[in-house]
Amino acid sequence: MAEKAILYDPTRCTACRGCQAGCKQWNENDEFIPTVENGVDATNWGSYENPPDLAPNTWLKMEFREVEAGGRVRWLFTRRACMHCTDAGCVKVCPSGALYHHELGFVAYDKDICTGCGYCVDACPFNVPRTDRNLLTGVAKMDKCTLCTTPGLDRIAEGWLPACVKTCPPKALMYGNRDELLAEGKARVAALQAKGWVNANLYGENELDGLHVMYVLDDQPAVYGLPVAPQVSPTVVAWQDVIQPLGWALGGLTLIGLGLNYIVAREAKMAKELPPQKEEK
Amino acid sequence: MTNHWNDIANSDCMLAIGSNPAENHPAAFGHITEAKEKGAKLISVDPRFTRTSAKADIYCPLRSGTDIAFIGGMIKYVLDDIERNPGNYNLTYIKEYTNAPYLINTSYKGPAELEGLFSGYVGSHNETDGGKRKYDTASWQFQLDQNGIPKRDMSLKSKNCVFQLMKQHFARYTPEKVSQITGAPVDTFREICRTFAATGQVGKAGTIMYAMGTTQHTYGAQNIRSYCILQLLLGNIGVAGGGINAMRGESNVQGSTDHCLLFHILPGYLKVPVNTDSSLDTYLKRATPTSNDPKSANWWQHTPKYVVSLLKAWYGNSATRSNQFGFHYLPKIEVGKNYSHIALFEAMDAGVIKGLMVWGQNPAVGGPNAELECRAMGKLDWMVAADMWHTETANFWRRPGVKAADIKTEVFLLPALCSFEKEGSVTNSGRLSQWRYKCADGPGNAMDDLWMMDWLARKLKALYASEGGPNAEAITNLDWNYGAGHPDVHAVAKEINGYDLTTGELLPSFGKLKDDGTTTSGNWLYCASYTEEGNMAARRDLTPGPFNIGLFPKFAWCWPVNRRIIYNRASVDLNGIPWDKEQPVIWWQDGKWVGDVPDGGWPPMAVDPENTKYPFIMKPEGHARVFGPGMAEGPLPEHYEPWESPIQNPMSKQHNNPAFKIWRPEEQGTPDKYPYVCTTYRLCEHWQGGQMTRNMPWVIEMMPEPFVEMSEELAAEKGIANGEKVIVESTRGKVTVKAIVTKRFKPFQLNGTRVHQVGLPWHWGFVGLSTGDSANSLTPHVGDANTMIPEYKAFLVNIRKA
Amino acid sequence: MELSRREFLKASGMGMGGVFLFGMFDPELAQAQVPRLLPLKKKIGEKSTICPYDASGCGFLVAAVNGKVVNIEGDPDHPINRGGACAKGASMRQLSADNPWRLSKVLYRAPGGNQWQEKSWEWALNEIARRIKDTRDANFTERNDTGQLVNRTEAIANLGGSALDNEECYLLAKLTRALGVVYLEHHARI
Repeated sequence: MAEKAILYDPTRCTACRGCQAGCKQWNENDEFIPTVENGVDATNWGSYENPPDLAPNTWLKMEFREVEAGGRVRWLFTRRACMHCTDAGCVKVCPSGALYHHELGFVAYDKDICTGCGYCVDACPFNVPRTDRNLLTGVAKMDKCTLCTTPGLDRIAEGWLPACVKTCPPKALMYGNRDELLAEGKARVAALQAKGWVNANLYGENELDGLHVMYVLDDQPAVYGLPVAPQVSPTVVAWQDVIQPLGWALGGLTLIGLGLNYIVAREAKMAKELPPQKEEK
Repeated sequence: MTNHWNDIANSDCMLAIGSNPAENHPAAFGHITEAKEKGAKLISVDPRFTRTSAKADIYCPLRSGTDIAFIGGMIKYVLDDIERNPGNYNLTYIKEYTNAPYLINTSYKGPAELEGLFSGYVGSHNETDGGKRKYDTASWQFQLDQNGIPKRDMSLKSKNCVFQLMKQHFARYTPEKVSQITGAPVDTFREICRTFAATGQVGKAGTIMYAMGTTQHTYGAQNIRSYCILQLLLGNIGVAGGGINAMRGESNVQGSTDHCLLFHILPGYLKVPVNTDSSLDTYLKRATPTSNDPKSANWWQHTPKYVVSLLKAWYGNSATRSNQFGFHYLPKIEVGKNYSHIALFEAMDAGVIKGLMVWGQNPAVGGPNAELECRAMGKLDWMVAADMWHTETANFWRRPGVKAADIKTEVFLLPALCSFEKEGSVTNSGRLSQWRYKCADGPGNAMDDLWMMDWLARKLKALYASEGGPNAEAITNLDWNYGAGHPDVHAVAKEINGYDLTTGELLPSFGKLKDDGTTTSGNWLYCASYTEEGNMAARRDLTPGPFNIGLFPKFAWCWPVNRRIIYNRASVDLNGIPWDKEQPVIWWQDGKWVGDVPDGGWPPMAVDPENTKYPFIMKPEGHARVFGPGMAEGPLPEHYEPWESPIQNPMSKQHNNPAFKIWRPEEQGTPDKYPYVCTTYRLCEHWQGGQMTRNMPWVIEMMPEPFVEMSEELAAEKGIANGEKVIVESTRGKVTVKAIVTKRFKPFQLNGTRVHQVGLPWHWGFVGLSTGDSANSLTPHVGDANTMIPEYKAFLVNIRKA
Repeated sequence: MELSRREFLKASGMGMGGVFLFGMFDPELAQAQVPRLLPLKKKIGEKSTICPYDASGCGFLVAAVNGKVVNIEGDPDHPINRGGACAKGASMRQLSADNPWRLSKVLYRAPGGNQWQEKSWEWALNEIARRIKDTRDANFTERNDTGQLVNRTEAIANLGGSALDNEECYLLAKLTRALGVVYLEHHARI
């Protein structure tokens, strides 16, 4: 099946943050910011940008950057969410198999079997996944953008646009076949270059063997806070390519750290009928 | 809006001034993006660099309150360029469709000759006596010929023709002067002049998108007039992608204005009766304009039909010729007395107003000089507030710093339903009336406002029937029949449209209204919205419509008579051929108009000079007024400083607008104590007085508390770090908010003087999930000379670390 | 408007095309059929509404189960927003009855009182009608100082309207004028 992707064009984005709210609305994610009523003061930290970070219930947030060059002020907006890498550190490192490549190319996960170990957090070159632990049950879980493929909230399976893409008024976000979006993105970059944006580039074509969220940038990735030539760190590769093939026994020391949660969750998961697309993997 | 949201995509150049569509009309920004992708330029002129500025091809800063200087400079550029390059402009449009060729009385003198004043001023420069802060406008009037028709000089050469008077007037608005006043860099200003003036070419269209940044000044109406003059000189009114587009801020502020919940007009913008209107005939004579020019449609000549049909809708069988159709049931205001927002709260403060009904409004946050308005509420005997939330207004008696026991006002707070819990229509900025449905249930005992009003009206009718009272018949005879249970909203919508009483059928359009009592219409502008063919506002047909300019003529319904672009008869030449054949609005083909609903069906001016009419049908003369003799402070826009200003007016010795009312002179801040210009605005994430969004966690987490934005330079001078708490203070009050220190604010250089500007969003108050100080504690109780709209956008403050 | 599920899906396909600049793009291809794995936990929405915030007049679809809102998102068949929504619009569901801060009861604050009391509709509206009548009748000007017939009261003011529907605005204009109210304003100026 053809790979799908999102193309994000910050030159069109107005940072209205319909996507940020639309993501929460569809995915049933609560507000992150604490309120006076629940004991924590809400704060503005000197920026339009808020909440301050991605969180288990904030899968997408808009970043605001002010840059000044040649006497000209620019206010740059960047979408911050899972980039859905092909060479995905999080998938490699995930000991439970909760994180996996969706057949359309995204990095999806099965929350039921996630143990909340947090390895994916360290393995992500974009610093996207977030975990939290339920104080009552002690159960920890990772959360991040699933590109609207969360079971029961799967817009993609329904033939719908992802919530963020659907919401975007200036069509700064598009969803479609990755190869077509690649061509569209390149054409936009060429148009920007023709307008004098000499550093314009398409971010995500080749990074990490191809991202499933690509950016049309009018300047260097660093200007937009994106890592240049992102890589999965060697320790992550070691886990995936060396330790895992040796079998679970050799990984025992690590497994102990994962605790009982993992085993219980995994068994529960095994007992359940898996969705057909996972079995194809 | 003369045009509509989808039409923006047809534009070649979009000037956003006094507005910030990316933040305040974000979903409609898609049409701006679409135009940009087709090669159109977006220009953002704003005191601060906004999210709109971030998407603009050209951004230019200007000090708050200096639009007239800025646009005046653009008008000068265009007038000069018309001389240099007449081929780049549509001179037929200027001569035939505007009053540029009109001759003005020879006694007229302008600010160039009178040091900032126009002829006829009763007082002298910088007059402080309120009784003399006004004009005798006799010298501003048009010269008439022996038939009472305005005289024109089609060569535009006469010394007293409007075109020459404008040249003389705007000659003083040089780029250097503009820069001295506004702080705009001269080069950027010139680039904007060139870019926007390019839409003056035949076949090109430029739009001006404005909002409250334009209107909320002591000369807000003149700001808009300056935009209109520019657009008329560029031939941009009536064409696709053009227009003068007020982007309005509430979902139905257009509808509530159309239905005239305003002191000075009755539904459909009919003049309100005044004390001298001793009879219906006297009133109609005063309210109905006349024209001696057979080529002027003078649409308001139909006023009597609309008034009588309105009275028939309100008083039914009790409105007869013998009782002047119930004319004296209506209240009459006192000539010259103002009853608008500021005046209302001043009257409340003076103890005149004893009872207040508030429907979904929150003046304790949104009103100017908000603490004063809260104090005034404490003088009420009773207040009724209908809202979905606890508002600062309903809870004013427990605001910080007051003792509830001292406030004797009774308050009734009625729980209301929200937009998708009830059924009815709302009218957007593009005059598009759209039907909404009940989709879900409301909480607890909450009810819709329609039900509350119906209940109260029926109760009051019963009380007056049994107890009597002054002018009791005005209430007992009120035709009020919307069903015995829950009022039928369709019955109300049909009443607004109106009936032919001889047949009992709904009327197809206001062309059928009569002044003999045989028709009804609750609002003539909405006649055609709910006809025998059904509820037009509920239509969902996505047919793009003629000429593919995005009219969507069968989607919902737009006033008047579903005309999507008004003044569209100015979009064609004298033969009815579109100026822009690629994007026509209407076209005279085979003896009839094709396209949008034309502004009257008369033939084009050159095709049938006997039966034609001029295109600006709402003006008695039929021509658009680049020269406006009906304005309070002058027929042409002249730069004056805001009531509170950091500098002396560089243009003339008349410092402020000479004609606005000064309520509280003792509250005027001066730059020695309050050196910084301050403005207020809205954010994408919150809405108006905040009662909705400050109770919505998803948006609160994005914008959790109020702030003041300032430049890095000012922050350095004051030792303020980003994110720190600061106190912003005016003579009216003070607020404590977070500082956002930003590159997006820069100090202005005004003729060598460095002036800082700061800005605050005004959404917050002391009630709700997200609370904070309201910026309107700082704003003054002064308003526009014509409309009394309050000055929210330019005033003086001081700031310091908290 | 109410749409059948099938009409709705068909119509929505039209709205999904997006704005492709360079090159043709087939929305059908982009939405290639994927086997349906699990039933949706919530509906997309089958009744249309118009946004209650600014005057763009954007269309939204509301999904409710047993009168309770489960989803609100942009209406892809609306020509103004074409499915889009800003932060406020996308959060519209938090205006629904589920929001614990919505008012659900009639409240009354007595003169000098320091708290709200719950009241019934009937009591409150009867009391309000009584206040309106008493205030109007005690402060009614039939003729002004020069003897001209003016039939007005300056003692009652009315504010608001831009958050109301047209039909509500109209009835309010009708009722307040009949009462002789002249201090009549709404958000147009502020």
